[in-house]
Amino acid sequence: MANIQLKNLRKSFGVVEVIKGVDLDIRSGEFMVFVGPSGCGKSTLLRLIAGLEDITSGELVFDGVLVNGLAPSKRGIAMVFQSYALYPHMTVYDNMAFGLTLEKGNKDDIRKRVERAADMLQIRQYLDRLPKQLSGGQRQRVAIGRAIVRDPKVFLFDEPLSNLDAALRVATRIEIAKLHESMHNVTMVYVTHDQVEAMTLADRICVLRDGIIEQVGTPMELYERPDSMFVAGFIGSPKMNFIGGSHAEPFGASTVGIRGEHLVIKPSDGVWSGQVIHTENLGADSYVYLEMGTEEPVVVRLDGKSEYRSGETVHISPMEDKIHRFDAAGRPIR
Amino acid sequence: MTTEAIAPPVVVPGRAIKSELMRQRARAARWFLVPMMIALAVVAGWPLLRSIWFSFTDASLTNLVGANFVGFNNYLRWTTLASGRTVFQGLLVDPAWWNAVWNTLRFAVTSVFFEALFGMAVALVLNAEFKGRGIVRAAILIPWAIPTVVSAKMWSWMLNDQFGILNDLGMRLGLLSQKVAWTASPETAMTAVLVVDIWKTTPFMALLILAGLQMIPKDIYEAAEIDGVHPVKQFFKITLPLVRPALMVAIIFRLLDAMRIFDLIYVLTPNSVATKTMSVLARENLFDFDKFAYGSAQATLLFLIIAGMTILYIWLGKVRFDGGDR
Repeated sequence: MANIQLKNLRKSFGVVEVIKGVDLDIRSGEFMVFVGPSGCGKSTLLRLIAGLEDITSGELVFDGVLVNGLAPSKRGIAMVFQSYALYPHMTVYDNMAFGLTLEKGNKDDIRKRVERAADMLQIRQYLDRLPKQLSGGQRQRVAIGRAIVRDPKVFLFDEPLSNLDAALRVATRIEIAKLHESMHNVTMVYVTHDQVEAMTLADRICVLRDGIIEQVGTPMELYERPDSMFVAGFIGSPKMNFIGGSHAEPFGASTVGIRGEHLVIKPSDGVWSGQVIHTENLGADSYVYLEMGTEEPVVVRLDGKSEYRSGETVHISPMEDKIHRFDAAGRPIR
Repeated sequence: MTTEAIAPPVVVPGRAIKSELMRQRARAARWFLVPMMIALAVVAGWPLLRSIWFSFTDASLTNLVGANFVGFNNYLRWTTLASGRTVFQGLLVDPAWWNAVWNTLRFAVTSVFFEALFGMAVALVLNAEFKGRGIVRAAILIPWAIPTVVSAKMWSWMLNDQFGILNDLGMRLGLLSQKVAWTASPETAMTAVLVVDIWKTTPFMALLILAGLQMIPKDIYEAAEIDGVHPVKQFFKITLPLVRPALMVAIIFRLLDAMRIFDLIYVLTPNSVATKTMSVLARENLFDFDKFAYGSAQATLLFLIIAGMTILYIWLGKVRFDGGDR
């Protein structure tokens, strides 16, 4: 159980400020996901929590105790790295037990802990192998196992799925979700640039941009009530359509944001009209791209197969209650 | 896991079908190797074979062409005297030779041991991140960049019994009660040679080890940090095992080099029995004493000893030269 508070946290590398004053309260047992584009400082923020980087200013508090100067090993954390960071010359067993043998624990006890974690992750049969004899997905599970046996209060993940192929990524994502369910006492902080991972795993998401927090909230809060055009565009797939200029004027906004799944194609009498320039059939659903004078083509998401042909002119209407209105500064008008 | 199991059945056993591209590449590779093979054959192969041949003859410097084959006489021969006593002669029973072998081994093992030790320390420092690292890296290479003859002369002056700075310093600081003839005295000559060689070659060792250190991913040290592994333990449990392949290769290079040591000893301690190595002795016989065949025999034996030690080392250390671990 650990509740983590970040108070006006700042981090500079030389003259470059990467984290520009972050205030955040991560609740005990929560699955918090840091998400944002590359270079937004999300990994740095995680490394500050881990203690792998020194905090330039501000306070990091674990359960009411200031831990700014505490060594990583004394913070009760475990971390899973994007590159797995397994010890290449040690067997899977030794990789998982290495941190424990140092605590001078009972050998049988260590074996039990390692085997229990290995069973959880179904890597028991690989305990005698070297990391290089394992596939990427197996290696990442070993890395997760190494973190589990430490019995941490806080579990940190730094883009753990980025080096896996698409199918494995989904499978491992589900395993991490199950892990969170089975370890509900453990606070988890997870960094990713992939908003799908953020949406599927998080209790709460923290969207970062240029070293500051854009918005913190549950996945559905972020999806339904984004606090900025940036968050609106970052969360959700396909990306939210931003329709500006004369198209937005009737709505009393500088820009209207509407998700592809909230647009309806009509044979006539739509709010807007445009020309079909491309369609993508994904099987269960399909995307229709329309040219209607906006910066980027407008995407309409349809259930099932699309019957529309390129060059065809269609009319679209937004679902009234799903419209997001933004002012010129990109802030929502509510 | 066997790859044979999944090989397509059309493949003729024992003979893989190579594509036109692969054959072309192999052909090109062979042509690129030809100049080097010719150069090696001319400057290494031929002299080696000539030396071995001369070691079985009675050649002298003035009569190389008219040398006669004498079998193993240069290595070992015996005559039974009228009194019935058998007298052994030749290289294998020559105390001067075995003294040189002992000197060489002592020099090689001691110098490489300390060079590896100091080289590792220097490499660890250079692998850390600090301001001015580039300059320090360049500066550390200076001893190695100076030609051996120059640095040997330099040290020979510093070690000089009358005017040397080391004796002067030692006397002033009260460490020495009298001036020492470091290079001339049999007790200190080998130490002097070792000090200079270690000073000179540690940078080379450091550079090779540094290359090995830089191959180790940084993130496993972060994982160790989170695991709470003490830095000393990190070194012995992570760094050392992972840098071992590079270290073994560095040591082998240095051992081969140290076994042939000639120039430093020739300049620093000429004619000292305490430091005379196999190379120095062989050269002496070949050119100074006009015992060309005998010198050739020594050169041949030196070659065999180095080759034997290398094979032994690679076998014992399970060294792989492709950079991977075992």
